Amino acid sequence: MKTSRERIGLALVAIALIALPFVLAAAGTAWVRITNFAVLFVLLSLGLNIVVGFAGLLDLGYVAFFAVGAYVYALLASPHFGLHLPFWLILPIGATVACIAGVMLGAPTLRLRGDYLAIVTLGFGEIVRIFMNNLSAPINLTNGPKGINRIDPFQIGALNFSASDTIGGLVFSGPIKYYYFLLLVLLAVIVINRRLQDSRIGRAWVAIREDEIAAKASGINTRNIKLLAFAMGASFGGVAGGMFAAIQGFVSPESFVLNESIMVLAMVVLGGMGNIWGVIAGALLLSFVPELLRYTVEPAQRALFGKLLVDPEVLRMLVFGLALVLTMRFRPAGLWPETRHRREMDENRA
Amino acid sequence: MPEVLLEASNIGKRFGGVQALKDVSLTIRSGEIYGLIGPNGAGKTTLFNVFTGLYPRDSGEVHFASAPLNLASPHEVAAAGIARTFQNIRLFGNMTALENVMVGRHVRTRAGVLGAILRTRAERAEEAGIRRRAEELLHYVGIAGHAGDLARQLSYGDQRRLEIARALATDPKLLALDEPAAGMNATETAALRRLIEGLRQDGLTVLLIEHDVKLVLGLCDRVAVLDYGEKIAEDVPEVVRADPKVIEAYLGKSAA
Repeated sequence: MKTSRERIGLALVAIALIALPFVLAAAGTAWVRITNFAVLFVLLSLGLNIVVGFAGLLDLGYVAFFAVGAYVYALLASPHFGLHLPFWLILPIGATVACIAGVMLGAPTLRLRGDYLAIVTLGFGEIVRIFMNNLSAPINLTNGPKGINRIDPFQIGALNFSASDTIGGLVFSGPIKYYYFLLLVLLAVIVINRRLQDSRIGRAWVAIREDEIAAKASGINTRNIKLLAFAMGASFGGVAGGMFAAIQGFVSPESFVLNESIMVLAMVVLGGMGNIWGVIAGALLLSFVPELLRYTVEPAQRALFGKLLVDPEVLRMLVFGLALVLTMRFRPAGLWPETRHRREMDENRA
Repeated sequence: MPEVLLEASNIGKRFGGVQALKDVSLTIRSGEIYGLIGPNGAGKTTLFNVFTGLYPRDSGEVHFASAPLNLASPHEVAAAGIARTFQNIRLFGNMTALENVMVGRHVRTRAGVLGAILRTRAERAEEAGIRRRAEELLHYVGIAGHAGDLARQLSYGDQRRLEIARALATDPKLLALDEPAAGMNATETAALRRLIEGLRQDGLTVLLIEHDVKLVLGLCDRVAVLDYGEKIAEDVPEVVRADPKVIEAYLGKSAA
């Protein structure tokens, strides 16, 4: 049972999260959008955390599942095929298709670990992107590099997620509506992750990460359990992809490059592999810090030197690299590691 | 005569040019402690790995509990009722002792993803059962006080015990121990011996590979001796000890 103090804490966090978009909107709608993308990355990181953090399978092609989810949404809700299915139908479809893609990636790689697995998954990610890029002929399936335009926003009855509504004097802009939706999905994903972690399946994942042979000898069907990790991780990626397509209104292969996979992996590693809260922290940090830099570096330079010396985009990668190096130097298990990991690190230090 | 639990016939295994096992046949009876000894490189661990599905065999059949044993997948071997420990301890180092044993219950439980996500009544009951059984087993092997410690932080002797507890968690009919006394001091070995004797009293069949010949001859009901991949003797310890072929294998020809 939770103590009353924890309850108050949770209530405060909930109120803060509910009030957040209006505070951000005061600073500019752009910040609400940035927050939404940050939450999308949190979802992706939590999905990848199942594969990398729990099961210990290094996946460098994770963005492929994000792409699959996004394209499923785009194809089923845009003028491209003239289909306009409702989002609550498409998101599960996208999750299912991504799940199948996850199994397709998992099945041939079951015997691989570590570096070898990383290379194959990296190739898989690229294959998916190149498919999206080239499936415009002979049948125009994906519209090639031009991408798919005018994707339907979410619509619940008369509530349109791309338009603004004013309720009781509060302006609910499109991004704010998406924010609340994302928050609900995030809550669900966190609950699912936590429950899986403390379950028979979650223990089997960690056991495989720790020692695959011992896991086998202890009666774990490692083939199925690994496929399950790929499938679950991919499903989360698919859902996030669907929401990305709706929020963005546009998808193209460019959004799903290797860099994105690495970014999500960096979020997982920086935050603390295996620990849900660490992964969330890592994703938020790596999403917000570059944006903060973008909005502060340029004005600061202009104020100090009167001209722009360093492009914020360059600085972004520099800070990003520095953060990773510092983390690996001082907190090798991540900013907020899994409790089991942290104890191990402390022991080594003592 | 007690019933036969495991019957292996004509097991052969070759690694490149090395014939690691050659036509090895043996029978393990229900309720006994069956020892497997032999000089280094005789093929004891190889035979173990074949029995538990970790190595594919080249020839031979294994019947377990009167049914043919599918040696193709280790988890099916575990499900059939053979549990093992490893010569060089293989625990899940970054999991707690309790979690290690809980993993062992995997094969006897069934909750899937959906059950875990929805926390169904059945799943919660099963989880409680898993935890209870794991705690019992930690207590049984005598490391209940370390339930919350990481497996890697346990002392060497306790790690051996934890591995046995994890193996017991799969509800085995046959417990296969690969050199459990390796690296143990005299006190730890004596404690291990008591543990194994307790297992026999509780009706478990034990297959024991051991280098410590004194331990094996003192503990086992029957002993098989492997030498260069072949079984050269199989009998009660007193007979095996006196067998000239066994003495020759261990000490050389002139000694025999």
